[in-house]
Amino acid sequence: MKSCLVVDDSRVVRKVARRIIEDLGFSCEEAEDGVFAVAACQKAMPDAILLDWNMPNMSGIEFLEKLRTMPGGEQPKVVFCTTENDMSFIQRAIMAGANEYIMKPFDGEIVATKFSQIGLI
Amino acid sequence: MKTVDFDVYKNMLYEKSGLVITTDKSYLLESRLAPVIKKWNIPDMVALTDKLRGIPDKQLVEDIVDAMTTNETMFFRDQKPFDKFRDLVVPAVLKAKGPNCTIRIWSAACSSGQEPYTLAITMKENAAKWAGIKFEILATDLSKEILDQAKAGKYSQFEVQRGMPIMMLVKYFTQTGDTWTIKDDIKQMVKFQNFNLLDPMDQFGTFDCIFCRNVLIYFDQPTKGKILDKMSKRLAKHGTLFLGGAETVLGITNSFKPLEGERGVYVHSDAPPPAK
Ligand SMILES: C[S@@+](CC[C@H](N)C(=O)[O-])C[C@H]1O[C@@H](n2cnc3c(N)ncnc32)[C@H](O)[C@@H]1O
Repeated sequence: MKSCLVVDDSRVVRKVARRIIEDLGFSCEEAEDGVFAVAACQKAMPDAILLDWNMPNMSGIEFLEKLRTMPGGEQPKVVFCTTENDMSFIQRAIMAGANEYIMKPFDGEIVATKFSQIGLI
Repeated sequence: MKTVDFDVYKNMLYEKSGLVITTDKSYLLESRLAPVIKKWNIPDMVALTDKLRGIPDKQLVEDIVDAMTTNETMFFRDQKPFDKFRDLVVPAVLKAKGPNCTIRIWSAACSSGQEPYTLAITMKENAAKWAGIKFEILATDLSKEILDQAKAGKYSQFEVQRGMPIMMLVKYFTQTGDTWTIKDDIKQMVKFQNFNLLDPMDQFGTFDCIFCRNVLIYFDQPTKGKILDKMSKRLAKHGTLFLGGAETVLGITNSFKPLEGERGVYVHSDAPPPAK
């Protein structure tokens, strides 16, 4: 079973995302900010990461930059999932090594399409 | 709604667009026509029905047909047809017509443009590999209103998000607030034209590939058969037809046969089996 880490400071969003991702056949872990996400990745690299942008302590983009320097950190497919919908943010995310980008609000169909386009399902 | 009233709409829709509606959908009529009634300042459905019994305004009829047809579409819808276009169709045309040919494609019910623009983007993405080839994309639809949207090439965040990979969104669109506009060089690759699939198709010449997806499902068997037979005359010998996921030629026409092992892909019934 493939694994996915959901990183978002909103418990509600994590719950919604977890439902969607488990329905796609993934096992799911949650982290409430970038710091917790780094810890989770040090323990076990997931196959996929669904990543919010704005979070306390360590933002999504900071986490992604850190992740890509960690051993095995080039492995996970990273999909941003954020209310930041400006082209400049998207470009920055791509530069930092994001594989896909979802602009909130999102639904199961959007997550499924994005996951399938980057070969996760 | 009374059956006689329902029949006014049923007959009109069938004659103008081929769309078949059944009595169990009469609730749909009322809800979808509510905006039309409002736009035309008509008091209610009864008054609208009366208007249609006379010689109705052409624009009113168009608005009703528009309101009743489904425009649902998305970029890279089902993905596979576009992969197959790249991996099967283009090589087959190159084999038949040579490396510096023109490949003509018809998106035969293009709705708001996602299908033809997906094709145009596929061509851009493969531009290096397909350097000698000239592509022509004709995109047609019955609805003038939806064609205007297609030509404008403006999409909401929701629309681009359903199917457009992020790398391509960044490459081929510009952003103004929540609106994403397809760039001019992609727009210019597609020619849009108003066309009813019930009409003769002789004006179009010959295509190497026809996308006729998610429109035949709304028609009855005889209408599907007639459209497919006309299309087969517009498709080159080596040509390929793509239908939607819920559509088939089987039991409808003998002009086409499924391409072995490829779902949703059809070729002329007398086409030789593909070389392995
Ligand atoms: C569901 S959309 C399909 C769009 C696209 N081909 C796809 O697969 O996503 C169906 C389109 O068919 C158009 N249509 C319906 N009847 C038609 C007719 N008789 N001739 C041409 N287009 C028609 C509608 O206006 C609508 O835009």
